[in-house]
Amino acid sequence: MIKTEKQRVVTPEYLFFEAPRTRSYITGSEAANEAVRRGNVDIAIAYPITPQSETMQQVGELYAEGYLRDYYRAEDEVGAFAAMSGASRTGVRCLTASSGPGLMRGLETVASWPGHRLPLVFLIMCRVINAPLSIQPDNLELGYMLLTGNVVLHAENQQDFFDYTLAGFVISEKCEVTLPVAVAVDGFFVTHARGWVEMPSADLKLPARECYSEAVPMIDNENPPIRIARDAPIQKSNFISYQMHAAWQQEIQAALERSRQWITRYLGGLIEVVNPGAETMLIASGSAVSQSREAVRQAEEAGKEVGLIKIKSLRPFPGEELRQACAHAKRIIVPEFNCIGWLNREVRSTLYGWVDAEIADGPRVCGGITMPTEMILEWVFEGKPL
Amino acid sequence: MKRYSIRMAGVGGQGVVTASHILSNGVILGGGESTVVPFFGSEKRMAPVESYVRIAGDRLCEIGEIIYPNFIAIFHSQVITHGKSYTMPFYSGLKEDSDILINSHQPLQLGADEERELAERRARVYYLPAIQLALEYAGRDIATNMAMIGAVSAILGLPDLESLEKAVRARFLGKDFVASGGTASLDRAAEKGFAHKAELVQKNMEVIRAAHRYAVEHGWVRNRPKESDEACTR
Repeated sequence: MIKTEKQRVVTPEYLFFEAPRTRSYITGSEAANEAVRRGNVDIAIAYPITPQSETMQQVGELYAEGYLRDYYRAEDEVGAFAAMSGASRTGVRCLTASSGPGLMRGLETVASWPGHRLPLVFLIMCRVINAPLSIQPDNLELGYMLLTGNVVLHAENQQDFFDYTLAGFVISEKCEVTLPVAVAVDGFFVTHARGWVEMPSADLKLPARECYSEAVPMIDNENPPIRIARDAPIQKSNFISYQMHAAWQQEIQAALERSRQWITRYLGGLIEVVNPGAETMLIASGSAVSQSREAVRQAEEAGKEVGLIKIKSLRPFPGEELRQACAHAKRIIVPEFNCIGWLNREVRSTLYGWVDAEIADGPRVCGGITMPTEMILEWVFEGKPL
Repeated sequence: MKRYSIRMAGVGGQGVVTASHILSNGVILGGGESTVVPFFGSEKRMAPVESYVRIAGDRLCEIGEIIYPNFIAIFHSQVITHGKSYTMPFYSGLKEDSDILINSHQPLQLGADEERELAERRARVYYLPAIQLALEYAGRDIATNMAMIGAVSAILGLPDLESLEKAVRARFLGKDFVASGGTASLDRAAEKGFAHKAELVQKNMEVIRAAHRYAVEHGWVRNRPKESDEACTR
């Protein structure tokens, strides 16, 4: 009997909140793999790229052990992501992963997933995308993901990567959501480094995907794939096409809004706040949160209270939550692991007109180096340029 | 527990990464928290290697390279003399009142600027004859990395020797550790020099204890600061 059939199906609530957990010291790649093991995943589809390869190679082992029903090695990222479209539309639970340049190569397909209302989980292990070639962690690529209509969660550490991946399957498949969920982490810092991860028993797994409870019917004998091609807007009059797209794109945004309740339920909210009363607030996502936590601790030793807002969900963006958490702030600092400052832009446009705080234009590191906590503290104490 | 950010620099084949894993695991087995970040280019002998070990008594959040260390361990003199390092000069980013442990049987000829900058930072520099200790106690220079962590253990007071021994056993006798191709072949080379793996562990421990003694006898053991003095170093 294959392994997955020996696992006991439990509710997401039991798996996430009630099942006893044991603590393991594992890499982020292993944490993602352990989430897939408990995720009742039907098919994993991948094309290798560093630093994603390690996870998907391990998921291949899961297939060999019998935890997955199928594993497909695609010909490139365009093929991998297109295969995800096909697999998801047939109603099975599917997973893929990529990094930096691979994500960019397949971005056309990634941006088409939400329009097709495809529940799936897409792991992103961030890596430099620009020339010259580099495999280092730098999360510039997430700036592109923000525009695609995917739910985008940004995991801070190995534990988050485990939890968000498992929750991602459930959120993605909720009827009122029916959207792809991207779970991002900063490469190497999380994927190739060990951290403590608390996990429920591997004898448990999520319920299977209930594809006929979702917003869009599956491809089967009643709904042949040709319907999608036959009804393509390009074959209608322009005005019908405009109308269809307006409705569909607004519906994707509405579905993103409706995912908030499930992100709140399964991840405990779209943000986490440390020292909520502090006049200086750091706002960060991903690995920048870990560095900020240490900066908060060091600032406290130096006698200054600094607050921290961890953004777990980039899409939907926690606008209302940020406005409330920053209402009292005098200074806001946004540490980021990319040169563009996409989070800074989000923060500014969200808070414009709502708060009196000064919003500092940084700090940022580029090319994949870590951000020393000392750098954050310079911006806290020495009032680096606004 | 004071927090330590240890930057280890050496060259390929010396076991810098192995040493950092053992040191870090020793801290964890002793009840502390620790993380390791290895850093190297293509795996080849004599190419620069760095590994970063963070140590704390409670939750460790930081990730990535250690840019501002408060302990530096130099496994090979060429890190300094040939610039075989990702961080130049070798003490780049060193916090004030910190320690530098260098594997060399005699003090290195540093430049005048280097001497001045080290003095300005009130750095304590220790020279450990790690290769000689490895040859004397294990009969093989491949145990040089063990001498280095033995001295680190003495200077910092952690991990204690008992925890360090557990970590050495876990590394060489355990089944959980997954080594890279290059490291696995070095492991095999190391094992060939001893009758069996148990002897390898025993000899490694002798080197560690000898280096520990050497550091204690030379008065390198730190006066451990009180908790309140630990203002972790801005």
